[in-house]
Amino acid sequence: MSQRIPVTELTGGFRDRAEVALADGQLRTNFRTAMDSLMKKRADAFPDEDEREGLRELGNRIKARALSRLPDLLEQLETKLTENGVKVHWAETTEQANEIVHGIIRARQGSQVVKGKSMVSEEMEMNDYLAERGVECLESDMGEYIVQLDGEKPSHIIMPAIHKNRRQVSKLFHDKLGVEETDDVNELIQVGRRTLRRKFMEADVGVSGVNFAIAETGTLLLVENEGNGRMSTTAPPVHVAVTGIEKVVENLRDVVPLLSLLTRSALGQPITTYVNMISGPRKADELDGPEEVHLVLLDNGRSGAFADAQMRQTLNCIRCGACMNHCPVYTRVGGHTYGEVYPGPIGKIVTPHMVGLHQVPDHPSASSLCGACGDVCPVKIPIPELLQRLRQENVKSPAEGPKVKDGGAKYSRKERLIWRFWQTLNSSPVLYRLFLWGATRFRKLTPKHVGPWTENHTAPVPAKRSLHDLAREHLAREHLARNGGQ
Amino acid sequence: MSARSNILNKLRTGLAGSIPRPDDFDERLVTEPWQYAPEDRITRLRNLMEAVHTEIHQVHSDNWPDKVAAILAERNLSNLLHAPATAHGQKLAEYWPKSGSSAQLLAYDRPVEEWKEELFWQVDASLTGTVGAIAATGSLVLWPDRHEPRLMSLLPPLHIALLKASEIEDNLYAMMQRQNWSAGLPTNLLLVSGPSKTADIEQVLAYGAHGPKELVVLILEDA
Repeated sequence: MSQRIPVTELTGGFRDRAEVALADGQLRTNFRTAMDSLMKKRADAFPDEDEREGLRELGNRIKARALSRLPDLLEQLETKLTENGVKVHWAETTEQANEIVHGIIRARQGSQVVKGKSMVSEEMEMNDYLAERGVECLESDMGEYIVQLDGEKPSHIIMPAIHKNRRQVSKLFHDKLGVEETDDVNELIQVGRRTLRRKFMEADVGVSGVNFAIAETGTLLLVENEGNGRMSTTAPPVHVAVTGIEKVVENLRDVVPLLSLLTRSALGQPITTYVNMISGPRKADELDGPEEVHLVLLDNGRSGAFADAQMRQTLNCIRCGACMNHCPVYTRVGGHTYGEVYPGPIGKIVTPHMVGLHQVPDHPSASSLCGACGDVCPVKIPIPELLQRLRQENVKSPAEGPKVKDGGAKYSRKERLIWRFWQTLNSSPVLYRLFLWGATRFRKLTPKHVGPWTENHTAPVPAKRSLHDLAREHLAREHLARNGGQ
Repeated sequence: MSARSNILNKLRTGLAGSIPRPDDFDERLVTEPWQYAPEDRITRLRNLMEAVHTEIHQVHSDNWPDKVAAILAERNLSNLLHAPATAHGQKLAEYWPKSGSSAQLLAYDRPVEEWKEELFWQVDASLTGTVGAIAATGSLVLWPDRHEPRLMSLLPPLHIALLKASEIEDNLYAMMQRQNWSAGLPTNLLLVSGPSKTADIEQVLAYGAHGPKELVVLILEDA
């Protein structure tokens, strides 16, 4: 279970993977169907535009307020959780976070971990880290379980196995678990239920993510539909929650609008089946629940995004996935093409801060800037604006001091010179006309191959006459006609 | 330097010169769209919960145990986990010998470690109370404690929940305020809005993922 084989052999960058994905008819059908349905569900869940916009504005203000006091709120959260009996840990890097989690497991001599869905644990590649140290870490969300069983990564942050259809899942269960093949989704889910229930019972440690961490009360709030989150946080003797430092909110009441925005934007549900609010370990007189509860607060580049007031808005994200559901690029290339933990529009603005632009140089430009992501974002992150900012950071020269990790990854002196030439040309009428004159007269000399453009298009050839020329001639004719009539 | 101080320092540097945003929480945005006449609350709750496969019965405080016996009999279940130290648990236990039900009453009276195997695999159903419900989203509010532990509403394939009609609130915000949650929360407060479900395969909705396959709510109309 430790080896991870991507769906298609994904080498190279975004562009290469996109080409493979675009040619995969099954993949495109699976995504198109799923995204159409998710978009409709969201629209149906917000029938009143005024209500929706008022709530989005409130969501944005709550997150902005929390971020404007983030260090204080993290300390308050720590104090409250500690009072409640929860141990709080801090990690700057995923490596540190993994060490902390492994340390907790080792202290209990644990060998089996059961995990509720957590994107932060995906950031950490916790399953692999623990497997290398002899700890089995099993995913318990049905979608995550399917993906893990096939040695893959999630392709959507809410629906990890959305790229697979029922026949593919049936075949997988047949091959890996030895059960009969079936087209019945209910039966497939029951296979998962039976297999995982034993694991919940036997696990030494349960790991989960956190949707909102409430500083006022020292409470970890988790949403889910399956009950695996409750199982992972209740049945094993130890619960370890891992989360990003941006998930803290100030007051308990702040989660009322955020919760509504989250479940309606993500799945079109008024609420998830379970909203699980954990404020401590088992008390002396209680009969179940973990004896130990830990919270690991992970930075992993978030403080880098935080340092810049504009990019700080990235940290508003409540991980609903609506931006990817509405993204024309994501829908066509699928989640794996992004090659990172967070796909889609949110992935494009959050990943550079985590791994640096050198690793994801094409992320900021893998967008048509159509604006759908920003329009649907429940906490009003101006994603298109941030993508443009990242595009600028991506081509800054070292002297210009790029503000993102590995900024300037796409800086090229040659390109910069071409643009400078272009600027001069277009801002000087004399040079511009001279250039036009040359380009139209020597049009046959334009190159046949001009980079990626000519991979799918014929090379552009200037017209015989420029618009300028034609207009001048046209005006002269008109002038003549008018004068001739007098 | 510890990871903690490094992170906090970086964040404080990022905020240098800025002032915290004011708390301008507008509670009307989360209450006004979600208000119902008292007689409509049950209807709203029923509509939402039934839409996600919850079975709901409106009963009375003197006869609800009859309904419990009938629900178990319909499904041919052999046992029911209850909480003998609660008022509703006592009522059920008193009534049970008269019910003629063949289902055995079980109690969650020892730590989970002492009967994990049995609790995970052999308990057919459970009956718990609630501390109210939310009409806006169709949610029950569970406040697990020593008598009704957390796993009681999670492991058995059938969960029966008792709800007093007078404890249905309009929305989550109203519930929080009325019960003054921010003054003190239990170890694990829960909102439950139906039986366990998943749509992880092709977005096809399937019930009974990891938690209860069935949720039955008995609304006590006179309580």
